[in-house]
Amino acid sequence: MNTRGLFQAAERSAFYGRRKFLSDAVKVTCGVVLFGLPLAMLARKARALPADAIRPPGALNEDQFLGACVRCGLCVRACPFDTLRLSEFGSQVATGSPYFVARDIPCEMCEDIPCVAACPTGALDKSLTDIDNAKMGLAVLVDQENCLNFLGLRCDVCYRVCPVIDKAITLDLQHNVRTGKHSRFIPVVHSEYCTGCGKCEKSCVLEQAAIKVLPLHLAKGAPGQHYRLGWEEKEKAGKPLVPGIIDLPDRLPESYQ
Amino acid sequence: MKPMPGADAVKEKGWWKSHQWLLLRRSSQIGILLLFLAGPWADIWVVKGNLNSSLTLDILPLTDPYVALQSLLAGQSLMADVVIGAVVVAGFYILIGGRSYCSWVCPVNIITDLSEWLRRQLGLSSSVSLRSSLRYWLLAATFIVAVASGVIAWELVNPVSMLHRGVIFGMGFAWTIVLAVFLFDLVVSRRGWCGHLCPVGAFYSLLASYSPLRISASRRNACNDCLDCFAVCPEPKVISPALKGVEKNIGPVILSPQCTNCGRCIDVCSKKVFQFSSRFNNQMEAMP
Repeated sequence: MNTRGLFQAAERSAFYGRRKFLSDAVKVTCGVVLFGLPLAMLARKARALPADAIRPPGALNEDQFLGACVRCGLCVRACPFDTLRLSEFGSQVATGSPYFVARDIPCEMCEDIPCVAACPTGALDKSLTDIDNAKMGLAVLVDQENCLNFLGLRCDVCYRVCPVIDKAITLDLQHNVRTGKHSRFIPVVHSEYCTGCGKCEKSCVLEQAAIKVLPLHLAKGAPGQHYRLGWEEKEKAGKPLVPGIIDLPDRLPESYQ
Repeated sequence: MKPMPGADAVKEKGWWKSHQWLLLRRSSQIGILLLFLAGPWADIWVVKGNLNSSLTLDILPLTDPYVALQSLLAGQSLMADVVIGAVVVAGFYILIGGRSYCSWVCPVNIITDLSEWLRRQLGLSSSVSLRSSLRYWLLAATFIVAVASGVIAWELVNPVSMLHRGVIFGMGFAWTIVLAVFLFDLVVSRRGWCGHLCPVGAFYSLLASYSPLRISASRRNACNDCLDCFAVCPEPKVISPALKGVEKNIGPVILSPQCTNCGRCIDVCSKKVFQFSSRFNNQMEAMP
Protein backbone atom coordinates (compact mmCIF):
# COMPACT_ATOMS: atom_id res chain seq x y z
CA MET A 1 0.00 0.00 0.00
CA ASN A 2 1.35 3.40 -0.88
CA THR A 3 1.58 6.30 1.53
CA ARG A 4 -1.51 7.88 0.15
CA GLY A 5 -3.53 4.67 0.76
CA LEU A 6 -2.23 4.42 4.31
CA PHE A 7 -3.16 8.02 4.94
CA GLN A 8 -6.65 7.44 3.63
CA ALA A 9 -7.06 4.33 5.74
CA ALA A 10 -5.96 6.19 8.84
CA GLU A 11 -8.33 9.00 8.04
CA ARG A 12 -11.15 6.59 7.48
CA SER A 13 -10.54 4.78 10.76
CA ALA A 14 -10.31 8.11 12.57
CA PHE A 15 -13.60 9.06 10.96
CA TYR A 16 -15.26 5.83 12.03
CA GLY A 17 -13.67 6.07 15.48
CA ARG A 18 -15.10 9.53 15.91
CA ARG A 19 -18.45 8.40 14.58
CA LYS A 20 -18.50 5.41 16.88
CA PHE A 21 -17.57 7.59 19.83
CA LEU A 22 -20.35 10.05 19.00
CA SER A 23 -22.95 7.38 18.45
CA ASP A 24 -21.90 5.64 21.65
CA ALA A 25 -22.10 8.88 23.56
CA VAL A 26 -25.58 9.54 22.20
CA LYS A 27 -26.71 6.01 23.08
CA VAL A 28 -25.38 6.22 26.61
CA THR A 29 -26.90 9.65 27.13
CA CYS A 30 -30.26 8.44 25.87
CA GLY A 31 -30.07 5.37 28.09
CA VAL A 32 -29.24 7.40 31.15
CA VAL A 33 -31.96 9.95 30.46
CA LEU A 34 -34.52 7.21 29.74
CA PHE A 35 -33.64 5.65 33.08
CA GLY A 36 -32.98 8.77 35.14
CA LEU A 37 -36.01 10.87 34.26
CA PRO A 38 -38.68 8.33 35.26
CA LEU A 39 -36.66 7.67 38.40
CA ALA A 40 -36.62 11.39 39.22
CA MET A 41 -40.37 11.56 38.58
CA LEU A 42 -40.89 8.61 40.90
CA ALA A 43 -38.79 10.34 43.54
CA ARG A 44 -40.99 13.40 43.25
CA LYS A 45 -44.15 11.36 43.49
CA ALA A 46 -42.83 9.38 46.44
CA ARG A 47 -43.07 12.48 48.61
CA ALA A 48 -46.86 12.55 48.35
CA LEU A 49 -47.69 10.46 51.39
CA PRO A 50 -51.34 9.35 51.49
CA ALA A 51 -53.26 10.98 54.33
CA ASP A 52 -53.95 7.74 56.21
CA ALA A 53 -50.31 6.62 56.26
CA ILE A 54 -48.65 7.86 59.44
CA ARG A 55 -44.86 7.79 59.85
CA PRO A 56 -43.35 6.39 63.08
CA PRO A 57 -42.62 8.74 66.00
CA GLY A 58 -39.68 11.07 65.47
CA ALA A 59 -39.80 10.75 61.66
CA LEU A 60 -38.17 13.64 59.86
CA ASN A 61 -40.39 15.61 57.53
CA GLU A 62 -41.19 13.69 54.37
CA ASP A 63 -38.59 15.41 52.16
CA GLN A 64 -35.79 14.57 54.55
CA PHE A 65 -37.19 11.21 55.55
CA LEU A 66 -36.95 9.65 52.09
CA GLY A 67 -33.30 10.69 51.87
CA ALA A 68 -32.41 9.34 55.30
CA CYS A 69 -34.44 6.13 55.65
CA VAL A 70 -32.63 3.09 54.18
CA ARG A 71 -35.79 0.92 54.26
CA CYS A 72 -34.26 -1.74 56.53
CA GLY A 73 -37.31 -2.39 58.68
CA LEU A 74 -35.47 -2.39 62.01
CA CYS A 75 -38.14 -0.05 63.41
CA VAL A 76 -40.80 -2.54 62.31
CA ARG A 77 -38.96 -5.31 64.15
CA ALA A 78 -38.59 -3.15 67.26
CA CYS A 79 -42.30 -2.29 67.46
CA PRO A 80 -43.86 -4.53 70.16
CA PHE A 81 -47.41 -4.02 68.91
CA ASP A 82 -46.95 -4.79 65.21
CA THR A 83 -48.12 -1.27 64.51
CA LEU A 84 -45.43 -0.44 61.98
CA ARG A 85 -45.10 -2.06 58.60
CA LEU A 86 -42.95 -1.53 55.53
CA SER A 87 -44.65 -0.25 52.44
CA GLU A 88 -44.88 -2.79 49.65
CA PHE A 89 -44.24 -1.96 46.02
CA GLY A 90 -47.49 -0.87 44.44
CA SER A 91 -48.83 0.93 47.51
CA GLN A 92 -48.86 4.71 47.50
CA VAL A 93 -46.29 4.94 50.28
CA ALA A 94 -42.66 5.07 49.07
CA THR A 95 -41.49 1.47 48.60
CA GLY A 96 -39.97 -0.11 51.68
CA SER A 97 -40.54 2.83 54.02
CA PRO A 98 -42.21 2.36 57.43
CA TYR A 99 -45.69 3.63 58.30
CA PHE A 100 -48.82 2.70 60.15
CA VAL A 101 -52.55 3.07 59.62
CA ALA A 102 -54.17 4.34 62.81
CA ARG A 103 -57.54 2.71 62.17
CA ASP A 104 -55.79 -0.71 61.91
CA ILE A 105 -53.25 -0.57 64.72
CA PRO A 106 -52.48 2.77 66.38
CA CYS A 107 -49.20 3.70 68.07
CA GLU A 108 -49.16 2.62 71.72
CA MET A 109 -46.66 5.36 72.60
CA CYS A 110 -44.04 3.16 74.34
CA GLU A 111 -42.09 5.17 76.90
CA ASP A 112 -38.72 3.88 75.65
CA ILE A 113 -39.67 4.49 71.98
CA PRO A 114 -37.99 1.28 70.70
CA CYS A 115 -38.57 2.12 67.04
CA VAL A 116 -36.54 5.32 67.32
CA ALA A 117 -33.83 3.50 69.27
CA ALA A 118 -33.61 0.82 66.56
CA CYS A 119 -33.31 3.23 63.64
CA PRO A 120 -29.71 3.04 62.36
CA THR A 121 -30.03 6.27 60.39
CA GLY A 122 -31.33 9.61 61.55
CA ALA A 123 -34.64 9.07 59.76
CA LEU A 124 -36.31 8.62 63.13
CA ASP A 125 -34.83 11.49 65.09
CA LYS A 126 -32.91 10.32 68.17
CA SER A 127 -33.56 13.66 69.87
CA LEU A 128 -37.11 12.50 70.53
CA THR A 129 -36.74 11.09 74.04
CA ASP A 130 -40.18 11.83 75.49
CA ILE A 131 -42.93 10.14 73.49
CA ASP A 132 -45.38 12.86 74.62
CA ASN A 133 -43.44 15.23 72.36
CA ALA A 134 -44.03 13.06 69.29
CA LYS A 135 -45.81 14.71 66.39
CA MET A 136 -46.77 11.82 64.13
CA GLY A 137 -49.82 13.69 62.95
CA LEU A 138 -52.78 15.52 64.41
CA ALA A 139 -56.23 14.16 65.26
CA VAL A 140 -59.02 16.07 63.58
CA LEU A 141 -62.71 15.57 64.18
CA VAL A 142 -63.48 15.55 60.52
CA ASP A 143 -67.14 14.54 60.55
CA GLN A 144 -69.17 16.81 62.82
CA GLU A 145 -72.44 15.53 61.35
CA ASN A 146 -72.04 11.94 62.48
CA CYS A 147 -69.94 12.30 65.65
CA LEU A 148 -72.22 11.05 68.44
CA ASN A 149 -71.09 13.77 70.84
CA PHE A 150 -71.95 16.40 68.26
CA LEU A 151 -75.41 14.83 68.05
CA GLY A 152 -75.77 15.40 71.77
CA LEU A 153 -75.02 11.85 72.93
CA ARG A 154 -72.36 10.97 75.47
CA CYS A 155 -70.03 8.70 73.50
CA ASP A 156 -66.77 10.31 74.67
CA VAL A 157 -64.73 7.27 73.55
CA CYS A 158 -62.05 9.27 71.74
CA TYR A 159 -61.64 11.45 74.80
CA ARG A 160 -61.49 8.46 77.17
CA VAL A 161 -58.87 6.52 75.20
CA CYS A 162 -56.58 9.48 74.59
CA PRO A 163 -53.21 8.80 76.28
CA VAL A 164 -52.94 12.54 76.87
CA ILE A 165 -56.54 12.89 78.13
CA ASP A 166 -57.69 16.38 79.12
CA LYS A 167 -54.74 17.94 77.34
CA ALA A 168 -54.78 16.58 73.77
CA ILE A 169 -58.56 16.14 73.76
CA THR A 170 -60.92 18.11 75.99
CA LEU A 171 -64.72 18.10 76.11
CA ASP A 172 -66.12 21.59 75.68
CA LEU A 173 -69.66 22.22 76.75
CA GLN A 174 -72.08 23.79 74.33
CA HIS A 175 -75.81 24.41 74.44
CA ASN A 176 -77.84 21.71 72.73
CA VAL A 177 -80.19 23.71 70.55
CA ARG A 178 -82.15 20.65 69.43
CA THR A 179 -83.39 19.67 72.89
CA GLY A 180 -83.16 23.15 74.27
CA LYS A 181 -82.23 21.92 77.71
CA HIS A 182 -79.09 19.74 77.44
CA SER A 183 -75.41 20.22 76.80
CA ARG A 184 -73.33 18.88 73.93
CA PHE A 185 -69.89 17.64 75.00
CA ILE A 186 -67.77 18.62 72.05
CA PRO A 187 -64.38 16.83 71.70
CA VAL A 188 -61.76 19.45 70.93
CA VAL A 189 -58.21 18.44 69.91
CA HIS A 190 -55.30 20.61 71.01
CA SER A 191 -52.36 20.44 68.66
CA GLU A 192 -49.90 21.42 71.37
CA TYR A 193 -50.43 18.07 73.11
CA CYS A 194 -51.74 15.69 70.44
CA THR A 195 -49.01 13.20 69.41
CA GLY A 196 -50.95 11.72 66.49
CA CYS A 197 -50.88 8.23 68.00
CA GLY A 198 -54.26 7.46 66.47
CA LYS A 199 -55.93 5.75 69.44
CA CYS A 200 -58.94 8.04 69.06
CA GLU A 201 -59.33 7.11 65.41
CA LYS A 202 -58.90 3.42 66.17
CA SER A 203 -61.59 3.43 68.85
CA CYS A 204 -64.17 5.70 67.26
CA VAL A 205 -67.38 3.65 67.49
CA LEU A 206 -68.73 4.69 64.12
CA GLU A 207 -68.47 2.47 61.05
CA GLN A 208 -66.13 5.09 59.57
CA ALA A 209 -64.18 7.05 62.16
CA ALA A 210 -65.42 10.61 62.67
CA ILE A 211 -62.07 11.57 64.17
CA LYS A 212 -58.97 10.88 62.08
CA VAL A 213 -55.26 11.45 62.42
CA LEU A 214 -53.99 13.53 59.53
CA PRO A 215 -50.48 14.59 58.58
CA LEU A 216 -49.70 17.94 60.20
CA HIS A 217 -49.55 19.83 56.93
CA LEU A 218 -53.11 18.76 56.14
CA ALA A 219 -54.48 19.15 59.65
CA LYS A 220 -53.11 22.56 60.60
CA GLY A 221 -54.13 25.97 59.37
CA ALA A 222 -51.75 28.89 59.76
CA PRO A 223 -52.42 32.62 59.94
CA GLY A 224 -50.30 35.05 57.93
CA GLN A 225 -46.89 35.77 59.44
CA HIS A 226 -47.90 39.35 60.14
CA TYR A 227 -51.18 38.47 61.80
CA ARG A 228 -51.51 39.42 65.48
CA LEU A 229 -54.30 38.76 67.92
CA GLY A 230 -55.31 42.13 69.40
CA TRP A 231 -56.14 40.87 72.84
CA GLU A 232 -52.83 39.02 73.19
CA GLU A 233 -50.86 42.08 72.08
CA LYS A 234 -52.84 44.24 74.48
CA GLU A 235 -52.03 41.89 77.35
CA LYS A 236 -48.33 41.79 76.44
CA ALA A 237 -48.14 45.56 76.24
CA GLY A 238 -50.29 46.04 79.32
CA LYS A 239 -52.30 48.68 77.49
CA PRO A 240 -54.20 49.15 74.23
CA LEU A 241 -51.71 49.41 71.33
CA VAL A 242 -53.66 52.19 69.65
CA PRO A 243 -54.19 54.96 72.17
CA GLY A 244 -57.42 56.92 72.27
CA ILE A 245 -59.63 54.54 70.31
CA ILE A 246 -63.01 56.21 70.07
CA ASP A 247 -65.66 54.47 72.11
CA LEU A 248 -68.70 54.38 69.85
CA PRO A 249 -72.09 55.03 71.50
CA ASP A 250 -73.96 51.87 72.43
CA ARG A 251 -77.14 51.71 70.42
CA LEU A 252 -79.62 50.21 72.80
CA PRO A 253 -83.19 49.45 71.70
CA GLU A 254 -85.52 52.30 72.50
CA SER A 255 -87.37 50.42 75.22
CA TYR A 256 -84.09 50.13 77.17
CA GLN A 257 -83.18 53.77 76.87
CA MET B 1 -28.43 -31.18 19.96
CA LYS B 2 -25.35 -29.71 21.53
CA PRO B 3 -24.60 -31.26 24.94
CA MET B 4 -25.13 -29.00 27.95
CA PRO B 5 -21.98 -27.20 29.05
CA GLY B 6 -20.33 -29.15 31.80
CA ALA B 7 -21.29 -32.58 30.42
CA ASP B 8 -17.63 -33.50 29.97
CA ALA B 9 -16.85 -32.36 33.49
CA VAL B 10 -19.61 -34.56 34.90
CA LYS B 11 -18.13 -37.51 33.00
CA GLU B 12 -14.59 -36.74 34.15
CA LYS B 13 -15.13 -35.57 37.71
CA GLY B 14 -18.58 -36.85 38.68
CA TRP B 15 -21.77 -34.86 39.32
CA TRP B 16 -20.91 -33.56 42.78
CA LYS B 17 -17.44 -32.35 41.87
CA SER B 18 -18.77 -30.58 38.81
CA HIS B 19 -21.54 -28.82 40.75
CA GLN B 20 -19.56 -28.14 43.88
CA TRP B 21 -19.37 -24.35 43.71
CA LEU B 22 -22.87 -24.00 42.31
CA LEU B 23 -24.28 -25.92 45.27
CA LEU B 24 -22.18 -23.95 47.75
CA ARG B 25 -23.36 -20.74 46.17
CA ARG B 26 -27.04 -21.70 46.29
CA SER B 27 -26.59 -22.76 49.92
CA SER B 28 -25.07 -19.39 50.67
CA GLN B 29 -27.84 -17.43 48.91
CA ILE B 30 -30.65 -19.45 50.46
CA GLY B 31 -28.91 -19.72 53.83
CA ILE B 32 -28.57 -15.95 54.11
CA LEU B 33 -32.23 -15.55 53.20
CA LEU B 34 -33.18 -18.15 55.82
CA LEU B 35 -31.12 -16.33 58.45
CA PHE B 36 -33.25 -13.25 57.82
CA LEU B 37 -36.42 -15.35 57.76
CA ALA B 38 -35.66 -17.27 60.97
CA GLY B 39 -36.83 -14.23 62.94
CA PRO B 40 -40.27 -13.67 61.50
CA TRP B 41 -40.91 -17.37 60.83
CA ALA B 42 -39.46 -19.12 63.89
CA ASP B 43 -38.80 -16.26 66.29
CA ILE B 44 -35.05 -16.94 66.14
CA TRP B 45 -33.56 -13.47 65.84
CA VAL B 46 -30.03 -13.92 64.56
CA VAL B 47 -30.38 -11.12 62.04
CA LYS B 48 -32.93 -8.32 61.97
CA GLY B 49 -33.60 -6.02 59.06
CA ASN B 50 -32.70 -6.73 55.45
CA LEU B 51 -29.77 -6.41 53.06
CA ASN B 52 -30.02 -2.61 53.08
CA SER B 53 -29.23 -2.49 56.76
CA SER B 54 -29.34 -5.12 59.45
CA LEU B 55 -28.42 -5.88 63.02
CA THR B 56 -26.79 -9.24 63.73
CA LEU B 57 -27.10 -10.75 67.21
CA ASP B 58 -28.18 -7.33 68.47
CA ILE B 59 -24.61 -6.08 68.20
CA LEU B 60 -23.18 -6.02 64.68
CA PRO B 61 -24.67 -3.36 62.42
CA LEU B 62 -24.26 -3.99 58.69
CA THR B 63 -25.28 -1.50 56.03
CA ASP B 64 -25.17 -1.64 52.26
CA PRO B 65 -22.48 0.95 51.38
CA TYR B 66 -24.33 1.77 48.14
CA VAL B 67 -27.49 2.78 50.01
CA ALA B 68 -25.44 4.67 52.59
CA LEU B 69 -23.67 6.58 49.82
CA GLN B 70 -26.98 7.47 48.17
CA SER B 71 -28.31 8.75 51.49
CA LEU B 72 -25.20 10.88 51.88
CA LEU B 73 -25.63 12.23 48.34
CA ALA B 74 -29.29 12.93 49.10
CA GLY B 75 -28.00 15.42 51.65
CA GLN B 76 -28.27 13.43 54.86
CA SER B 77 -25.52 13.13 57.43
CA LEU B 78 -24.77 9.50 58.31
CA MET B 79 -25.06 8.19 61.85
CA ALA B 80 -22.21 6.21 63.44
CA ASP B 81 -24.01 2.86 63.11
CA VAL B 82 -24.52 3.32 59.39
CA VAL B 83 -20.91 4.38 58.84
CA ILE B 84 -19.56 1.41 60.82
CA GLY B 85 -21.94 -0.97 59.04
CA ALA B 86 -21.07 0.35 55.59
CA VAL B 87 -17.31 0.27 56.26
CA VAL B 88 -17.49 -3.32 57.53
CA VAL B 89 -19.47 -4.46 54.47
CA ALA B 90 -17.30 -2.51 52.03
CA GLY B 91 -14.13 -3.86 53.66
CA PHE B 92 -15.43 -7.42 53.46
CA TYR B 93 -16.20 -7.15 49.77
CA ILE B 94 -12.93 -5.41 48.99
CA LEU B 95 -11.26 -8.51 50.44
CA ILE B 96 -13.34 -11.24 48.82
CA GLY B 97 -14.19 -9.50 45.53
CA GLY B 98 -17.04 -7.01 45.31
CA ARG B 99 -19.23 -8.97 43.00
CA SER B 100 -19.13 -11.99 45.26
CA TYR B 101 -22.16 -10.13 46.59
CA CYS B 102 -23.87 -10.76 43.26
CA SER B 103 -23.21 -14.48 43.09
CA TRP B 104 -23.18 -15.51 46.74
CA VAL B 105 -25.70 -13.20 48.41
CA CYS B 106 -28.03 -11.40 46.01
CA PRO B 107 -31.41 -13.16 45.73
CA VAL B 108 -31.97 -11.84 42.19
CA ASN B 109 -29.07 -14.02 41.04
CA ILE B 110 -31.23 -17.10 41.59
CA ILE B 111 -33.89 -15.57 39.35
CA THR B 112 -31.53 -14.57 36.54
CA ASP B 113 -29.66 -17.89 36.71
CA LEU B 114 -33.03 -19.59 36.31
CA SER B 115 -33.69 -17.37 33.33
CA GLU B 116 -30.36 -18.33 31.79
CA TRP B 117 -31.00 -22.02 32.47
CA LEU B 118 -34.42 -21.82 30.82
CA ARG B 119 -32.93 -19.92 27.89
CA ARG B 120 -30.55 -22.80 27.34
CA GLN B 121 -33.27 -25.44 27.72
CA LEU B 122 -35.54 -23.67 25.25
CA GLY B 123 -32.70 -22.96 22.88
CA LEU B 124 -33.40 -19.23 22.86
CA SER B 125 -30.41 -17.62 21.27
CA SER B 126 -31.65 -14.22 20.14
CA SER B 127 -30.47 -11.47 22.41
CA VAL B 128 -30.32 -7.69 22.29
CA SER B 129 -26.73 -6.79 22.88
CA LEU B 130 -26.23 -4.18 25.55
CA ARG B 131 -23.03 -2.43 26.42
CA SER B 132 -21.80 -3.92 29.68
CA SER B 133 -20.57 -0.47 30.68
CA LEU B 134 -24.18 0.73 30.68
CA ARG B 135 -24.47 -0.30 34.31
CA TYR B 136 -21.91 2.32 35.33
CA TRP B 137 -23.92 5.01 33.62
CA LEU B 138 -27.05 3.81 35.37
CA LEU B 139 -25.09 3.79 38.61
CA ALA B 140 -24.10 7.40 37.95
CA ALA B 141 -27.72 8.22 37.13
CA THR B 142 -28.89 6.85 40.50
CA PHE B 143 -26.37 9.12 42.20
CA ILE B 144 -27.41 12.15 40.16
CA VAL B 145 -31.09 11.57 40.91
CA ALA B 146 -30.29 11.17 44.63
CA VAL B 147 -28.48 14.51 44.63
CA ALA B 148 -31.16 16.25 42.59
CA SER B 149 -34.19 14.90 44.44
CA GLY B 150 -32.89 14.44 47.98
CA VAL B 151 -34.55 11.01 47.88
CA ILE B 152 -32.85 7.58 47.77
CA ALA B 153 -34.72 7.20 44.51
CA TRP B 154 -33.16 3.94 43.37
CA GLU B 155 -34.70 2.20 46.38
CA LEU B 156 -38.14 2.95 44.98
CA VAL B 157 -37.55 0.42 42.19
CA ASN B 158 -34.44 -1.61 43.09
CA PRO B 159 -35.28 -5.26 42.26
CA VAL B 160 -32.50 -6.50 44.55
CA SER B 161 -33.72 -4.97 47.79
CA MET B 162 -37.33 -5.30 46.72
CA LEU B 163 -37.10 -9.07 46.31
CA HIS B 164 -35.15 -9.51 49.53
CA ARG B 165 -37.40 -7.18 51.53
CA GLY B 166 -40.44 -8.68 49.86
CA VAL B 167 -39.64 -12.19 51.05
CA ILE B 168 -38.99 -11.01 54.60
CA PHE B 169 -41.48 -8.17 55.11
CA GLY B 170 -44.18 -8.70 52.50
CA MET B 171 -44.01 -8.76 48.73
CA GLY B 172 -46.88 -6.57 47.55
CA PHE B 173 -46.44 -6.07 43.84
CA ALA B 174 -42.64 -6.37 43.99
CA TRP B 175 -43.04 -9.70 42.18
CA THR B 176 -43.92 -7.75 39.04
CA ILE B 177 -40.46 -6.17 39.02
CA VAL B 178 -38.79 -9.50 39.69
CA LEU B 179 -40.84 -11.10 36.91
CA ALA B 180 -39.85 -8.24 34.62
CA VAL B 181 -36.15 -8.92 35.31
CA PHE B 182 -36.70 -12.65 34.70
CA LEU B 183 -38.50 -12.10 31.40
CA PHE B 184 -36.06 -9.42 30.30
CA ASP B 185 -33.18 -11.87 30.71
CA LEU B 186 -35.17 -14.69 29.15
CA VAL B 187 -36.45 -13.12 25.97
CA VAL B 188 -34.80 -9.72 25.52
CA SER B 189 -31.18 -9.79 26.51
CA ARG B 190 -29.09 -12.70 27.69
CA ARG B 191 -27.60 -11.99 31.13
CA GLY B 192 -29.11 -8.55 30.55
CA TRP B 193 -29.87 -7.54 34.11
CA CYS B 194 -26.97 -8.85 36.20
CA GLY B 195 -24.44 -8.65 33.40
CA HIS B 196 -25.22 -5.28 31.86
CA LEU B 197 -27.67 -3.10 33.75
CA CYS B 198 -27.79 -3.61 37.51
CA PRO B 199 -26.31 -0.55 39.27
CA VAL B 200 -25.93 -2.53 42.51
CA GLY B 201 -23.59 -4.96 40.76
CA ALA B 202 -21.83 -2.01 39.16
CA PHE B 203 -21.24 -0.47 42.58
CA TYR B 204 -19.94 -3.71 44.06
CA SER B 205 -17.64 -4.26 41.08
CA LEU B 206 -15.98 -0.95 41.99
CA LEU B 207 -15.00 -2.56 45.30
CA ALA B 208 -13.32 -5.45 43.48
CA SER B 209 -10.47 -3.58 41.77
CA TYR B 210 -7.89 -4.67 44.35
CA SER B 211 -9.50 -7.80 45.77
CA PRO B 212 -6.97 -10.45 46.71
CA LEU B 213 -9.41 -13.37 46.23
CA ARG B 214 -9.57 -14.13 42.51
CA ILE B 215 -10.11 -17.07 40.22
CA SER B 216 -7.07 -18.20 38.28
CA ALA B 217 -6.77 -20.23 35.10
CA SER B 218 -3.67 -21.67 36.65
CA ARG B 219 -3.64 -24.82 34.51
CA ARG B 220 -4.50 -23.02 31.31
CA ASN B 221 -2.01 -25.16 29.40
CA ALA B 222 -4.46 -28.03 29.84
CA CYS B 223 -7.32 -26.11 28.19
CA ASN B 224 -8.92 -28.11 25.35
CA ASP B 225 -10.96 -25.19 23.98
CA CYS B 226 -14.31 -26.79 24.78
CA LEU B 227 -15.72 -23.30 25.62
CA ASP B 228 -17.85 -24.65 28.47
CA CYS B 229 -16.49 -22.00 30.82
CA PHE B 230 -17.54 -19.25 28.42
CA ALA B 231 -20.99 -20.80 28.14
CA VAL B 232 -21.67 -20.76 31.86
CA CYS B 233 -19.81 -17.58 32.83
CA PRO B 234 -22.13 -14.70 33.72
CA GLU B 235 -19.42 -12.28 32.51
CA PRO B 236 -17.70 -14.25 29.70
CA LYS B 237 -15.39 -11.40 28.67
CA VAL B 238 -13.44 -11.69 31.89
CA ILE B 239 -12.13 -15.17 31.09
CA SER B 240 -10.30 -14.70 27.80
CA PRO B 241 -7.43 -12.43 28.91
CA ALA B 242 -6.45 -14.90 31.62
CA LEU B 243 -7.21 -18.15 29.80
CA LYS B 244 -5.78 -17.15 26.44
CA GLY B 245 -3.14 -14.68 27.55
CA VAL B 246 -0.03 -16.84 27.38
CA GLU B 247 1.18 -15.35 24.13
CA LYS B 248 0.32 -11.82 25.14
CA ASN B 249 2.27 -12.29 28.34
CA ILE B 250 -0.80 -11.93 30.53
CA GLY B 251 -0.86 -13.87 33.82
CA PRO B 252 -3.45 -16.58 34.52
CA VAL B 253 -5.45 -14.70 37.20
CA ILE B 254 -8.85 -13.27 36.22
CA LEU B 255 -8.31 -9.71 37.35
CA SER B 256 -11.44 -8.08 35.95
CA PRO B 257 -13.60 -6.60 38.71
CA GLN B 258 -16.61 -7.86 36.74
CA CYS B 259 -15.81 -11.45 37.69
CA THR B 260 -18.38 -12.47 40.31
CA ASN B 261 -16.21 -15.19 41.86
CA CYS B 262 -19.07 -17.63 41.34
CA GLY B 263 -16.74 -20.52 40.61
CA ARG B 264 -18.96 -22.02 37.94
CA CYS B 265 -16.01 -22.16 35.51
CA ILE B 266 -14.16 -24.33 38.04
CA ASP B 267 -17.17 -26.68 38.13
CA VAL B 268 -17.66 -27.13 34.41
CA CYS B 269 -14.02 -27.52 33.39
CA SER B 270 -13.19 -31.13 32.80
CA LYS B 271 -9.48 -30.29 32.63
CA LYS B 272 -9.42 -28.60 36.05
CA VAL B 273 -7.97 -25.43 34.55
CA PHE B 274 -9.50 -23.02 37.08
CA GLN B 275 -9.16 -22.67 40.83
CA PHE B 276 -9.69 -20.03 43.50
CA SER B 277 -6.43 -18.23 43.99
CA SER B 278 -5.11 -14.78 44.79
CA ARG B 279 -4.37 -11.83 42.57
CA PHE B 280 -0.76 -12.02 43.77
CA ASN B 281 -0.31 -15.49 42.23
CA ASN B 282 -0.27 -14.03 38.75
CA GLN B 283 3.18 -15.09 37.56
CA MET B 284 3.62 -16.36 34.03
CA GLU B 285 4.28 -20.04 33.71
CA ALA B 286 7.91 -21.04 33.31
CA MET B 287 8.54 -21.52 29.61
CA PRO B 288 9.24 -25.15 28.74
